[in-house]
Amino acid sequence: MGEQSPVLEMTGIRKVFPGVVALDGVDFRLFPGEIHALMGENGAGKSTLIKVLTGVYAIDGGEVRLGGEVVHINGPLQAQQAGISTVYQEVNLCTNLSVAENIFIGREPRKFGRIQWGLMRKRAAELLARLDLNIDVSAPLNTYSLAIQQMVAIARAVDISARVLILDEPTSSLDASEVAQLFAVMRRLKDDGVAILFVSHFLDQIYEVSDRLTVLRNGQLIGEFKTEELPQVRLVEKMIGKELAALESLEDKARRTREKVAGAEPILEARGLGRSGAIAPFDLTIHAGEVVGLAGLLGSGRTELARLLFGADKPDTGELLIEGKATNLRDPQVAMKRGIAFSSENRRTEGIIGELSVRENIILALQASRGWTRPIPRRKQDELVEKYIKALQIRPADPERQVRNLSGGNQQKVLLARWLITEPRLLIIDEPTRGIDVGAKAEIQKLVAELSDGGMAVLFVSAELEEVLRLSHKIEVLRDRRLVEELENTSGVDADRIMQTIASGATS
Amino acid sequence: MTTVDVTPETGGKKDSPINPRRRVYRPNTRYIPVLATLALLVIMYSSAVATYENFGQPSVIVNLFRDNAVLLVVTVGMTFVILTGGIDLSVGAVISLTTTLTATLLQGGWPPLVVLVLVLLLGSLIGAGQGAVIHFFKVEPFIATLAGLFLARGLALFINQASIPIRDETWKAISEYRIPLADGVVTKPVALVALAAVLIAAAVLAWTRFGRNVYAIGGNADSALLMGLPVGRTRIAVYTLSGFCAALGGVLFSINSTSGWALQGNGLELDAIAACVIGGVLLTGGSGYVFGALLGVLVTGLIQTIIIFQGDLNAAWTRIIVGVLLFAFIVLQRLVTRKVK
Amino acid sequence: MTSILKNRLFWPAAILVALLVVNAFTSNQFVTVRDGHLFGSLIDILRGSAPLLLVALGMTLVIATGGIDLSVGSVMAISGAVACLLISDLGDQSSVGPVLLIILVAIGVSLLAGLWNGMLVAVIGIQPIIATLILMVAGRGIAQLITDGQIINVQSGPYATIATGFFLALPVAFLIAVAAIVLITLLTRRTALGLLLESVGGSPTASRLAGIRARRITLMVYVVSGGFAGLAGLIYSANIKSADSISAGNLIELDAILAVVIGGTALIGGRFSIAGTVLGAVLIQALTVTVVAIGVPSEATLLFKAVVVVALCLSQSPVFREKVFGRLKPKPAVRAEVPA
Repeated sequence: MGEQSPVLEMTGIRKVFPGVVALDGVDFRLFPGEIHALMGENGAGKSTLIKVLTGVYAIDGGEVRLGGEVVHINGPLQAQQAGISTVYQEVNLCTNLSVAENIFIGREPRKFGRIQWGLMRKRAAELLARLDLNIDVSAPLNTYSLAIQQMVAIARAVDISARVLILDEPTSSLDASEVAQLFAVMRRLKDDGVAILFVSHFLDQIYEVSDRLTVLRNGQLIGEFKTEELPQVRLVEKMIGKELAALESLEDKARRTREKVAGAEPILEARGLGRSGAIAPFDLTIHAGEVVGLAGLLGSGRTELARLLFGADKPDTGELLIEGKATNLRDPQVAMKRGIAFSSENRRTEGIIGELSVRENIILALQASRGWTRPIPRRKQDELVEKYIKALQIRPADPERQVRNLSGGNQQKVLLARWLITEPRLLIIDEPTRGIDVGAKAEIQKLVAELSDGGMAVLFVSAELEEVLRLSHKIEVLRDRRLVEELENTSGVDADRIMQTIASGATS
Repeated sequence: MTTVDVTPETGGKKDSPINPRRRVYRPNTRYIPVLATLALLVIMYSSAVATYENFGQPSVIVNLFRDNAVLLVVTVGMTFVILTGGIDLSVGAVISLTTTLTATLLQGGWPPLVVLVLVLLLGSLIGAGQGAVIHFFKVEPFIATLAGLFLARGLALFINQASIPIRDETWKAISEYRIPLADGVVTKPVALVALAAVLIAAAVLAWTRFGRNVYAIGGNADSALLMGLPVGRTRIAVYTLSGFCAALGGVLFSINSTSGWALQGNGLELDAIAACVIGGVLLTGGSGYVFGALLGVLVTGLIQTIIIFQGDLNAAWTRIIVGVLLFAFIVLQRLVTRKVK
Repeated sequence: MTSILKNRLFWPAAILVALLVVNAFTSNQFVTVRDGHLFGSLIDILRGSAPLLLVALGMTLVIATGGIDLSVGSVMAISGAVACLLISDLGDQSSVGPVLLIILVAIGVSLLAGLWNGMLVAVIGIQPIIATLILMVAGRGIAQLITDGQIINVQSGPYATIATGFFLALPVAFLIAVAAIVLITLLTRRTALGLLLESVGGSPTASRLAGIRARRITLMVYVVSGGFAGLAGLIYSANIKSADSISAGNLIELDAILAVVIGGTALIGGRFSIAGTVLGAVLIQALTVTVVAIGVPSEATLLFKAVVVVALCLSQSPVFREKVFGRLKPKPAVRAEVPA
């Protein structure tokens, strides 16, 4: 296979967004008849690369060759016509229509302008049968599972243009048997000579199905490897990076405070808490004054775990004890009343309310817990807001400015302020430092350390191991939607040790 | 290599794989609202036949089409719009504009055929304009067609506020023409036009690419765009069609009443939307049938007929019963969609 | 100066002033004093705008949560019908006590109607436009049923007062509207209700994660909207001294929505402006009065409204702005943020 010429060749791809270089001279090759995994963490440039390939973004540099010829892809439709089809996690089909229609819509067989339903169904059934899928093609798509829907999407994509197939996180919401079905289809297509670009957060799946992989980090190409030649640990290392030297002093500081925490009361205790499809049942104890770090790759269940502890999602197994008492977190307000705060990773959609002012955003959670009839007096509001704008150095220091006009780092600080004024005993922060500048990042890390010194428990979720190591007393490692290991952050623990666990599951 | 046999899931549970080709004797969830409406219609009709003398006469059913011809035509257009997930508030106003303009032009001695073509074109144009605003400027259908409502009714009132009689021979001839169906059963041309509209619309929705695109857009407009369907063109066409149907409804109205009046068709958009909902057309788009909308119109028409037969009942009951049915069917729709998702 | 021009309410306010000026010149009496009361076209505008103002106030809160209430016109008809029916049964229609009680009953019925809408939206989770459509259709039927399809005339002095009476030289209807404006302003700005409403309308997901229980708030705004619509219905029916189930509040939901939009509250919810809504409602009424005053058929206001709706919508449409004004500026990037 190695001697074949690639069907798709991208060289020196560059894509710049205001302030950020999303892709910096990335090369990517895809051969016919291979399954090629694209790997990388948040902000690595994976989705940007895919969006370049599907014509959603125009490139600022480099060239894309398809079958040896330079192509300019201007949109999803041109990409499709050029032979590049994409199937996303959330299937882009019309689930209200029948299976057969979804495969043929826009290209229905017609006679005198009249759709030939019988012929269409027959062809659809044949096409799916080639993927070893025997289903009733006249039933609406939404009566089938997501796995089947994805396979229908694949069938459509392949029938239109079979050269390059991009599968963007198709397995995220599938169970084991469905993944097996999907892989069977993928292998079948591979044998037919289709080039498949596969994105998944599940390392096991990557190793099970892919022939070759390309790793990106911070918009740069780290390398292209044969899957079988790259051990999992090395892969994780390449994805996460290893610039750890500068951390030593801070790590020691965290480790020193450890003794103080040892005698503290547990604030929160999860026993077998879990939610199917999100996170497998786990046990977790968080003490006052303790920083617990959640480490794991994107999609490993970090966020899902955090959301269960705040009542943002409901668990379907296990129990949760807050300060020793079993608690049912029906909705976030119950969690808030019990002293838990949660700042979401999706700052824009689940955090700030863009058109409201900085002041209003900051007091929102406190106000919500007081109810609408007991407004916080304006003077008190101004006092609180001013205090936190100062303490967190929110810029610009204008409480009446619309929060959507602030930079990402300052929006994050506004969110932290929102929760800090509720004086929580446990602060859950999900990716607080993502996508913000270095200065703000350091400030937020410092703040977390200070809060914990002051006795607040913090659950710190981050994709960056350096950060987790620097701040945490205890590190919970997640892999494939499962909490696989709990590590005390002692001198024996370093990034390598964590990566080992992420790559291979629990080691003991 | 594994072979996968899968049957459609129901109620979220996976049944053990049985032969997928075997038809299960359970109505497809898509048909449940329509079947419910059909059942309702049958029950209403048969109990009315049992209760009232002469209700069983065929003329009752035939007149149902005659009396509701305008609503039927408008509802057909509305069905297309709602199927794409939109709404058209302007149809009642387009009717008033059409009747007023028709009457005015005929009074001015314009040839009937020219008038007919002109008003139909005008209705389509108003619809197309609304569709363009909705598609190109991403204005909500509700607001865009509200502007259309104001515009059309304003124009109608501007032309003439009084009722204008139509004395044109062609119009009068059509109005007075009776088509014998059976012994003692006659109907008017307007009923046939309405019925034809239903049949044509049903065929278009079921058998043409345009029709299927309408469903696709209502199901998931983003997906439809990614699948390469002409979303913009279809959406504009749908509002154009609705405008055309409203104008046609206006023409039928002017034939029925041999007059034009700017306050005619007031609130008809509501009746059309209600008929769609009762007929099982999902207001969020993507699901429903013209046949269902027809049933919806017949249900509301039948309620009126029953109230007339009863004699001592307040006509207001029509609205209340329609409201109750709306409630019932909206809840039913919610249950059905929730089950599917 | 530019900051005044940029204010969203500048243009509506300017149009309103222009209309009033036209009015001042064309009508024979703009403001005069007669029998110790104020009269004239300005007072007509203020008095006539009361029902629309009330309905639009309730609508503002509903729209702030991202909802809409189509049933206000029907609720107006119901409340007028209830009041007139009960009053016509009174032995002495001019005794103040019973009439006051009846007014309270009618408002109570309207609050119930609002509660029904709120339940459908907040508890059952039906789209607001669909949920309130039910009462919009059925409500008028209920009103007709209450009046038995007749127009009930009443000869009650106290009842007529709420529409045509004067107090401190000002029309009572206008004072009621002012009271409602004050009430709503206090309710939303002196409590945290306004903030929570804007938060829920601005982002339901973020609001939930900030611990806001949106359900109760949503329920409440529909109840308030129902109550205000009921009050508006009373003023309407007191003005004509009868209950007219057919034309009471006919199409008022559209005017109310228009008033809210003119006032700068976006239909998708979030930030709302009571002052803007008041301006919008008075503007619409002034338009109606002015058009009549200059001798154009009153219905032609509809044409003007159409123009206003289109202009407002287009000015709010980001696509339109970009297409029309975007060419002047350098083209913005596809997306300003880095994708994940």
